[in-house]
Amino acid sequence: MSEAGSNLAGGLVCPVPATRYDRVQLGHGSGGKMSAALLREHFLPLLDNPVLAELGDAAVVDIAAGQIAITTDTFVVTPLEFPGGNIGSLAVHGTLNDLAMMGARPLYLTAGFVLEEGLPFEVLDRVVAAMSAAAKDAGVPLVAGDTKVVEKGKADGVFINTSGVGQRRAGFTPGPAGARPGDAVIVSGPIGRHGIAIMSAREGLSFDVQVESDAATLFPLVEVLREATGGDVHALRDPTRGGVASALNEIAAQSKVGVELEEDALPVPGPVVAACEMLGLDPMYVANEGIFVAFVPAARAEAAVTALRSHPLGREARIIGRASDAHPGLVVLRTRIGGTRVVDMLPGDQLPRIC
Amino acid sequence: MKYLSEYRDGAIARGLAQKIRETARHPWVLMEVCGGQTHTIVKQGLDELLQGAVEMIHGPGCPVCVTPLEQIDRALALAARPDVIFTSFGDMLRVPGSECDLFQIRARGAQVKVVYSPLDALELARRNPDKQVVFFAVGFETTAPANAMAVWRAKELGVDNFSVLVSHVTVPPAMVALLESPDNRVQAFLAAGHVCTVMGWTEYEPIAAKYKVPIVVTGFEPLDILEGILMAVQQLESGRHEVENQYARSVRREGNRPAQELVQRVFQLVDRKWRGIGEIPMSGLGLREEFARYDAERRFGLSGITASESPLCHAGDVLVGRIKPHQCPAFGKECTPERPLGAPMVSSEGACAAYYNYGRFRTALPAQPAQA
Repeated sequence: MSEAGSNLAGGLVCPVPATRYDRVQLGHGSGGKMSAALLREHFLPLLDNPVLAELGDAAVVDIAAGQIAITTDTFVVTPLEFPGGNIGSLAVHGTLNDLAMMGARPLYLTAGFVLEEGLPFEVLDRVVAAMSAAAKDAGVPLVAGDTKVVEKGKADGVFINTSGVGQRRAGFTPGPAGARPGDAVIVSGPIGRHGIAIMSAREGLSFDVQVESDAATLFPLVEVLREATGGDVHALRDPTRGGVASALNEIAAQSKVGVELEEDALPVPGPVVAACEMLGLDPMYVANEGIFVAFVPAARAEAAVTALRSHPLGREARIIGRASDAHPGLVVLRTRIGGTRVVDMLPGDQLPRIC
Repeated sequence: MKYLSEYRDGAIARGLAQKIRETARHPWVLMEVCGGQTHTIVKQGLDELLQGAVEMIHGPGCPVCVTPLEQIDRALALAARPDVIFTSFGDMLRVPGSECDLFQIRARGAQVKVVYSPLDALELARRNPDKQVVFFAVGFETTAPANAMAVWRAKELGVDNFSVLVSHVTVPPAMVALLESPDNRVQAFLAAGHVCTVMGWTEYEPIAAKYKVPIVVTGFEPLDILEGILMAVQQLESGRHEVENQYARSVRREGNRPAQELVQRVFQLVDRKWRGIGEIPMSGLGLREEFARYDAERRFGLSGITASESPLCHAGDVLVGRIKPHQCPAFGKECTPERPLGAPMVSSEGACAAYYNYGRFRTALPAQPAQA
């Protein structure tokens, strides 16, 4: 028996010492005291709210009548921290944005963490802090959560799954399938920033580029769009993985419309252009986490763009093209020099070219 | 962006295209040698601007595309070894070998890493002394200096767990092979600006003279290519056949001497197989005897691995300009970027992938009025 646990005068048993760990141990996933300490010391102080504090087997919340939107997303980003955010803030923004794209006001979040043995607590603390800040900023409480610990080598630092529940706004039903010929295509901000920020921070690929991830909660900006259009938004999508090109292809396919883009109109920041040229990538396929593409009736497009530009997240909103009844399912780009090309889905990840 | 947007100006591009149309009194057939140029032509729709005036044939200058199948199989055999970390430029990973590609080998547990420079692979070898690190040294004269440097440094630093699987090719022998072919249609070449930045253009002068074919060293931006085409058409129309330099901001006649010297010290000319074309004598680079210990083929005894290509794939006809990608019977059917039969469908520089990704449906599209 260790000295710490030995009987002392008076028959008292000295408690196990509150060892301070600097890294996640397998024991933190045991379900025992270490697990309780993990929650108490690293999660609850930052994420606390009355529902979570119950620590029951499930969160119990009130929900008003009407349609509920539910979504789930898993985040496995490498590196965990990047210019403009980390996996924690990303896990909040990504899921809340999926709700907002369906016309829902985000109400509640849940989070599941897979922690790799050996993850430094200072990293985990920064991840949870960013998560907390993003959720508070959006006004959405994290009401249920779970942690598991896996052996070193079985995960990549931390994986996070978040689920979100939202309340669908009455009379506001965007989605990917409602675009109509004649609609204007609006993008709410500059493209390619998140993907390039991630790549700039990746090991073996360090290049100096002044790009921060655009990760942000889009619900307030969607509200601006909804009000400016009187809810007349036919299709809405956040172009995350696969970028603007893939999001537009999905809308074109699901709505059975053609999409015609003007290359000149695409807002690609200079540093993103430079990084893409260097790496042999196309910014149209680079991920975003803080912009949306919207299909709105042409007559409402100007007012929508003006309104979006009044919001900090939408300052560079603009019309990039239109939907048509020619070539349904296809996205076509008119190049700067007057040629045209089809902007197709990629078969897999973009691969850097040899030269 | 500085030095980029200047070369993508729509008004100037349309002006150049107009001038090409006015200059060309015959439907001249030009070949752009380099896959990077093919990519620009199809991505920007330059061929559409020039339709009816000149015909562009897409040449064999995509390193991914011409790397022979058996070399891919050798890469796969190496990558599958538990003691090997196999490193490569990104777009080699999806090139199909006889059985699978490097992505699939990686999914089965092999260590396959994408690097941006062979020197990163060398560094990986230094950090993993208990592993064999192999770099897939493919490409034309453009990538040869950096690959030579990695081998040179490995010897200098005594990094013995580093080696290279070499599949280097050079441009001039391929141009000669095309010109010697009985069904050659190419009347002028756009030579690859990056290759000539390293090599200069003196080796093209005898080719232009012997075969009476204009050769214009050309860059990669839309305006570069249009200007290169215009210069070639002007030569053709006036009966000249010279080597001219459109890409003057990067290329000098003598090229980059220190880079050439390094390449010559590490590599020597060897016979090389080209995927879809076959063996071209003295068209490749292999390691010199004094660097033979860094040759992965020798180190791991791979020369026994051979392979034959899919009979459905007409990559060879595409690479020498005999057919356009969409004229291949397998194009878009058995062969797509998701399931490529041949390498030109894999690389974004490959003629087939460029056609598929950017031009596949063009015939089905309504005519686009040129922007004012």
